[in-house]
Amino acid sequence: MNPAEYDFIAARRRLEAKPKSASEKLTSLEDAGSRVRDGDIVAVGGILFSRTPWALVREILRSRRTGLTLVRNLMCYEGELMMVAGAVNRVMTAWMGIGLPWGVSKIMREYVESGKVAYEEWSHLALGLRFRAAAMGLPFLPTLTMAGSDLARVNAMKTVDDPYTGQRLGAVPALYPDVAILHVHRADRFGNCQIDGYPHMDADIARAAATVLVTTEELISDDDVRRHPDRTVIPGFVVDAVALQPFGSFPHECYGLYEADVEHFDEYVAGITARGGAAVAEYLERYMYAPASYADYLDLFGGERLARQQRRARELVG
Amino acid sequence: MSASFTPAELLAVMGARQLPDDATVFAGVGVPLVACALAQQLQAPRLTMIIEGGIIGPQIKPGFLPISTNEMRTAYRATMLPGITDAFLFAQRGFIDYGFMGGAQIDQYGNINTTVIGDYARPKVRLPGTGGANDIASLCRELIILTVHEKRRFLPRVDFVTSPGWLDGDGGRQRAGLHFGGVSRVITTLGIFGFDPVTRRMRVEALHPGVTLDQVRENTPFEIGTVDRIATTAPPTAEELEIARSLDPDRRYLA
Repeated sequence: MNPAEYDFIAARRRLEAKPKSASEKLTSLEDAGSRVRDGDIVAVGGILFSRTPWALVREILRSRRTGLTLVRNLMCYEGELMMVAGAVNRVMTAWMGIGLPWGVSKIMREYVESGKVAYEEWSHLALGLRFRAAAMGLPFLPTLTMAGSDLARVNAMKTVDDPYTGQRLGAVPALYPDVAILHVHRADRFGNCQIDGYPHMDADIARAAATVLVTTEELISDDDVRRHPDRTVIPGFVVDAVALQPFGSFPHECYGLYEADVEHFDEYVAGITARGGAAVAEYLERYMYAPASYADYLDLFGGERLARQQRRARELVG
Repeated sequence: MSASFTPAELLAVMGARQLPDDATVFAGVGVPLVACALAQQLQAPRLTMIIEGGIIGPQIKPGFLPISTNEMRTAYRATMLPGITDAFLFAQRGFIDYGFMGGAQIDQYGNINTTVIGDYARPKVRLPGTGGANDIASLCRELIILTVHEKRRFLPRVDFVTSPGWLDGDGGRQRAGLHFGGVSRVITTLGIFGFDPVTRRMRVEALHPGVTLDQVRENTPFEIGTVDRIATTAPPTAEELEIARSLDPDRRYLA
């Protein structure tokens, strides 16, 4: 843990120096992705294989960033791609893998056990509270979780004595990421974002980060936002860039719109089982580097498959 | 006469029986979730499930068991999707009676390791990590663990305390700042285990039919006490097995 991560004064100054403009945030996917810098702490929205901002992850990989810290509470194989691509040297997470049927991540084991990538583990809530403390502009939050465990010990998490009752509590430090990358259901061109279904931690992550990059399934009008302001979870002044990208989470799910393509995960993991990290390098080439545009990337899955996953989603929320 | 069943089915049935009606349970995916859904169809129709993906009150669609804690299937017919952090904060506030989850490695004080084998910084084996397990173990009123009973999973002391049981014994949680909760039961494929109220060490409370105490001792590499009168569990009934199987017709978790 680096003290800059919870320096609430520096984080606030950084935000105060930024224009909080209600102006146009709409830009291209490429331009949004280019705002990530080498060495940044990048917080990834969604969770595991739900509402992963794949279009932005792909841009980060394509721009060959290095030295990143990737933060995501449940990290899926976007973390594996980042490891094999040499983009990250630290992950901060509560859990990394894909899911029970695919077992422990071989790539994660290889990179972490060899010391190439540091795996900093926090409990799910503790990491959520790190984002929330930052979203609240504070240096820490007191909590009843994670205390007493070896997770608290290895992270040097401190305790605090409650000034009112005298009781001892865990003190989770804030986490102010440099960049947040998010995928949402709807946004207007001023950056007001609406999310359906699972909110995950996106609203906290957006408030915590210095720079917020968003892709959206649908671009809606200012009037549409104003008709349903209760649906807005991230206000425009928090957001730096919005790019329109339908299927921006695919092959992961976007609640109500398309279900995760688990057959694709099967193929991906089968490749690793057969050929190890080389299969991930091939995957990077085939899906991340070779297709010139996100539309070309989606073509690799084919319209049939996208339509099938849309049908499956409707079955579950219909 | 008893029906035949798999170890996972045994765990699901024995787990389900632990859950009373009108309670709240923080459920892990896999067998714990099947057990909760089973309990809802038997003695606990008003059992409310909370899942760490940020889900309150889901009703699992038979044949659509989720893989993860945060996909559309997990939220099927939920009553609320409060977000992940807030789902856990319901537990921190004290709304959740039971935590219900599996474990990779467990020790005599009920501490669980899902982080590393060996050194944290340079592990021999890096495991996936806590997910929400640490929080469920820290924050629920009572923790129930479901696990296959294998010698390699039971240790005098885990390599790494990912999720706190009773830590180093009585008072350990309080000293660490964990003011509530604690592990009450470990349900395994051999029996039901509780914890001595003074030493907080694991002890045998009940054995499944046909299981002997020697068998438990052979598969438990630490000294394990017993209650005065060890009970014998009733074998899974045909009804329990039928419902469990109807929830998981693809045998994703019950095989």
